[in-house]
Amino acid sequence: MTDVQKGRVLPVTDLSLVVLVGASGSGKSTFARRHFKPTEIISSDFCRGLVSDDENDQSATKDAFDVLHYIAGKRLAAGRRTVVDATSVQSEARRQLIDLARTYDVLPIAIVLDVPEDVCAERNAARTDRADMPRRVIQRHTRELRRSLRHLEREGFRKVHVLRGVAEVEQATVVTEKRFNDLTHLTGPFDIIGDIHGCAAELETLLGKLGYVDGVHPEGRTAVFVGDLVDRGPDSPGVLRRVMSMVKSGNALCVPGNHENKYGRHLRGRKVQHTHGLAETIEQMAGESEEFVAEVREFLDGLVSHYVLDGGRLVVCHAGLPEKYHGRTSGRVRSHALYGDTTGETDEFGLPVRYPWAEEYRGRAAVVYGHTPVPEATWLNNTICLDTGAVFGGKLTALRWPERELVDVPAERVWYEPLKPLRTEAPGGQDGRPLDLADVQGRRVVETRYQGRISIREENAAAALEVMSRFAVDPRLLPYLPPTMAPTATSHLDGYLEHPAEAFAQYAADGVARVVCEEKHMGSRAVALVCRDAEAARKRFGDGGTSRSSAAESGGGPTGSLYTRTGRPFLDDDSLTEAILDRLRTTIGEAGLWDELETDWLLLDAELMPWSLKASGLLRSQYAAVGAASGAVLPGALAALRGAADRGVDVSALLARTGERAADAAAFTDAYRRYCWTTDGLDGVRLAPFQILAVQGRSLAGLPHDEQLALVDRLVEHDGSGLLQTTRRLYVDTADPESVRAGVDWWLEMTGRGGEGMVVKPVGAIVRDGQGRLVQPGIKCRGREYLRIIYGPEYTRPENLARLRSRFLNHKRSLAIREYALGLEALDRLAEGEPLWRVHEAVFGVLALESEPVDPRL
Amino acid sequence: MFLTLTTTGTPERPATDLGYLLHKHPDKAQAFSTSYGTAHVLYPEADAERCTAALLLEVDAVALVRRGKGKGRGGAPDAALAQYVNDRPYAASSLLAVALSSVFSSAMKGVCNARPELPGQARPLRVEVPALPARGGPDLVRKLFEPLGWTVSAEPVPLDTEFPEWGDSRYVRLVLESGALTLAEALRHLYVLLPVLDDAKHYWVAPDEVDKLLRAGEGWLPGHPEQKLITSRYLSRRWSLTRAATERLELVRLAEADDSEVEEIDNAVEAETETEEKPTPLAVQRREAIVTALRRSGAARVLDLGCGQGQLVQTLLKDPAFTEIVGVDVSMRALTIASRRLKLDRMGERQASRVRLFQGSLAYTDARLKGYDAAVLSEVIEHLDLPRLPALEYAVFGSARPRTVLVTTPNVEYNVRWESLPAGHVRHGDHRFEWTRAEFRAWAEAVAERHGYGVEFVPVGPDDPEVGPPTQMALFTMTSPKEAKAA
Repeated sequence: MTDVQKGRVLPVTDLSLVVLVGASGSGKSTFARRHFKPTEIISSDFCRGLVSDDENDQSATKDAFDVLHYIAGKRLAAGRRTVVDATSVQSEARRQLIDLARTYDVLPIAIVLDVPEDVCAERNAARTDRADMPRRVIQRHTRELRRSLRHLEREGFRKVHVLRGVAEVEQATVVTEKRFNDLTHLTGPFDIIGDIHGCAAELETLLGKLGYVDGVHPEGRTAVFVGDLVDRGPDSPGVLRRVMSMVKSGNALCVPGNHENKYGRHLRGRKVQHTHGLAETIEQMAGESEEFVAEVREFLDGLVSHYVLDGGRLVVCHAGLPEKYHGRTSGRVRSHALYGDTTGETDEFGLPVRYPWAEEYRGRAAVVYGHTPVPEATWLNNTICLDTGAVFGGKLTALRWPERELVDVPAERVWYEPLKPLRTEAPGGQDGRPLDLADVQGRRVVETRYQGRISIREENAAAALEVMSRFAVDPRLLPYLPPTMAPTATSHLDGYLEHPAEAFAQYAADGVARVVCEEKHMGSRAVALVCRDAEAARKRFGDGGTSRSSAAESGGGPTGSLYTRTGRPFLDDDSLTEAILDRLRTTIGEAGLWDELETDWLLLDAELMPWSLKASGLLRSQYAAVGAASGAVLPGALAALRGAADRGVDVSALLARTGERAADAAAFTDAYRRYCWTTDGLDGVRLAPFQILAVQGRSLAGLPHDEQLALVDRLVEHDGSGLLQTTRRLYVDTADPESVRAGVDWWLEMTGRGGEGMVVKPVGAIVRDGQGRLVQPGIKCRGREYLRIIYGPEYTRPENLARLRSRFLNHKRSLAIREYALGLEALDRLAEGEPLWRVHEAVFGVLALESEPVDPRL
Repeated sequence: MFLTLTTTGTPERPATDLGYLLHKHPDKAQAFSTSYGTAHVLYPEADAERCTAALLLEVDAVALVRRGKGKGRGGAPDAALAQYVNDRPYAASSLLAVALSSVFSSAMKGVCNARPELPGQARPLRVEVPALPARGGPDLVRKLFEPLGWTVSAEPVPLDTEFPEWGDSRYVRLVLESGALTLAEALRHLYVLLPVLDDAKHYWVAPDEVDKLLRAGEGWLPGHPEQKLITSRYLSRRWSLTRAATERLELVRLAEADDSEVEEIDNAVEAETETEEKPTPLAVQRREAIVTALRRSGAARVLDLGCGQGQLVQTLLKDPAFTEIVGVDVSMRALTIASRRLKLDRMGERQASRVRLFQGSLAYTDARLKGYDAAVLSEVIEHLDLPRLPALEYAVFGSARPRTVLVTTPNVEYNVRWESLPAGHVRHGDHRFEWTRAEFRAWAEAVAERHGYGVEFVPVGPDDPEVGPPTQMALFTMTSPKEAKAA
């Protein structure tokens, strides 16, 4: 190893805490600069300077080391190698650094610069800032260093390089070593195989099913074993023989399970209890040759506790691993990988209660593991347990990566009686776990398929948290919130603030040829989740709405939900909600959509009428109030003006203007009255569905609107109750002036009769423009009279219109796209059966964005 | 917006003297520009027997809304509150009062250079305000004007004659008549009382309102039986200004997105009361009961879940036995007020280190809430919809798992003893339910059973032999350190 001529080669792991040890003047800083990146090095002198303006101020030492440890901690947490340039000749100083390395689960490495005291003193004397350092300091350093040398490994350094003398220091080179667990360069494809426990026959069958021929896959795939090859089953030696030969020939990787670990200790002569199936392995191995046993011992000793594979996208270990331990190296990581985390409690069978780490997992890498037998392998938060209890008569399961396909073979028989029944569900259960505040609070970024990363600001999340917590329906029954919609660009036509010509022009500019104009209903947005029955609702959406424990007993419970655009129950009266859901359910059945769409539930986007049903508070306090006040005041004012005019006072202009005001106020009153009618129970309530958002296993948000409307029409046709109302529509070709004119006329006619307006949508639903950006999913064109409710009774007066035309749409448009992308994301996550928190994250995001500051009149 | 002033006269004291008093010629229509639009003064009738002056204010609603534009995205904070659809162009709000004082400023001061003797004389006066927004309704209108010597007629204006079920609007048609007051007095009454009656929550108010109130109220306000209400309402508009400028508007936007009134959603904090806050004896008793129970449990580190405005936190701080007090609420507004109440920013370090306030929600599990000795949920559960109670139950008893949990909630049986509470009504607009003693017991015992707690019940307030105490309290104590099996 030592070759003085060529210089020593010092291997240093790529993620480690490197501690340079040497007296003042031994050349540590020079050595560090020569072999490491400047940003990897933290020197105590530099930190002394940071806190005291003087690199040699010894009174600042304590604060300086606090800073040093803090910086080193941040780097190690981020997975960056760190070199500490301080004397570190005292064991106490080193102990703190070793603790730091352990905290972040990285290897502590010592490089000792053992340089004669005279050399150190000479070098210091040559430096102006250290010239007056007493000789006794260097003497003390050297003394302490000598005393330390023998203990370094025992102190916990996993590698110790001692360089003796100036020449050895100067000639040494550092090479960076990868960690054993870092196989990110291997991209597979892989077949990851769950706990085998001596089921050699099942293993051979599974390997055959996966396409391996005598341990080799013709397409060059690599098998990865998650451990627990041995114990309990009928032929642990056979399994070991197969796995070891595949690993040896480079056709397989293997991580150790707790059973290998225990068996390995047995082989090394440690005293272990022959329980949990070890006795069987020992007995079976008794018939094997000494060489084979030795091979097994060597194989088990060499196993690495976990692997990071495929560019960091895949982590394989036996018992699961939280993200902060991925690629780390410490005893804690190893024990975590082998045994998993436990809560410290034991269950009624005397077995340790496992900590549900996967429920909290948020990492980007998929974690594939085994260890806990489950009846079915299911994904939870990007983790999957492949132990399907082959030895207990379950099955042996493999996961194809990156295809994410599951392949399994049934156990030939029950080889070993389980101590307790297999858990009936994956860790965390079907719903995942209860929602956690960390899923939604604070500044967050939500990854979406259609629009990348969408940020949510803290103050918006705070407002959404209040509304979600205090007013919303149960989040399990709230799988979607509708996005806001931008209005058409401002019209400059006389008398109009909004006009469809701009909407058609905008889509034409975006390259959208075919659009559908859908009548805007005069109600409130409503989302309806309709399940076939309470049982289906409970099965798919959890027992939302009833207590966890009492749900099963009652057999009743909600059969869906009906909520507003901020997630509040649309109706206060649950029985009325159920009555609406019931009518929808019947209609869906009549239309044959349950079977056709192969689903037990349907998520509908709709408008519920009349507006007065929901907005009655607002109507009374704001709209009707304005009508009442204007009605009370203007006749008197007009009479007074006429009186003055009769007396010969010139008030003609004011009289005329006040007359117009009275007419505008009357038009305003007419406008809001169209949105009000009296309802009694469901009498008078109308629901106009315009999109089926999602069904079991499928988001329908991408279904073209003509097909959507065809489905919706079938609902309306089959509705025998008079609840459902059709959505009138007109298709327009944005490049054809004739067609555009017809669209404008249709709008004029509809709004002329007091209609609210229309929404123009690309027929293709989810559409991107030439640059690949999402185009607006819809643009609203509101009617001239309707806009009085938004911009005030007198907005049509020319001087008012002129000012109101300066309105800024960009923020609204961006908001509409971001909310749309989040909504689509929620639907996709719902359709793919992702856990509740993932769906809720996107839904919550929509609500949070709704509180962004944007002109509320747009 | 519009009002008329009418006087009658005799040949000796002609009604047209009104023109001198107002300093506006009866045969002309005059226009004055104000910051909100144009004020017109004209006389529909003017002869010796009867003379009426009309003040018509043309409000530029668009300008009003756009006033705050340009300060950051979405305009200034109050721009979000400002609606183009509002009653200002019609109703007699504070804007009309401002117009009165600027158009008739000398009349209000009682100055008339041409006829110096006139202002001091009382004369028959009739004031008509066709649409006066009156929070408190006709009753309050009478209470405010009658002590000043007016004969009052205040007819409520219906909201919409097509929808009689909607009832009356907040406007009244006000007619005031008196023969014993001077015009200056009348104008000063209107100047103060119109904005006091107005709801006035979103209106801009000048900073020197106190001086203005003192001047305009001279001679009549000090002796007025409703002086306190008048003063607090008049000046509370300044609070509205502060609120709009400093508080978060995210909730306002969420309410707007859902076509709801802001008050429907932003209601975690009680609206400012008319007078100084007097803690109800029951609230005090509740806090005493809680503190007693906490002391008995030996708790040192305490969570106040749903701390609201921080009254309990304040009480707990007074006892050094509580070494760590954490107030959690979902309402940022409540937390802001709590922080103000506790004067957190001025508290000494030692005291401040004992207390923390942060936003949290019991609809979610929260790692920050683990490991405490005790948690208090005082008057919290009834603010949740029943279907969401299980989530709260899990967050508190399943996840946070403090050794002791105190839950208080109203006893609905006791409601019959509240004289002011109409039968069948809940005690607070946001109460989603109120439980009988049996209902509360059933819930609490089931929760305790599910999560490994024991529970006992403590009455708070006078324990009525028939209907029980006004508040019921459950005291949960952990019996099994690990969570019992949830089904």
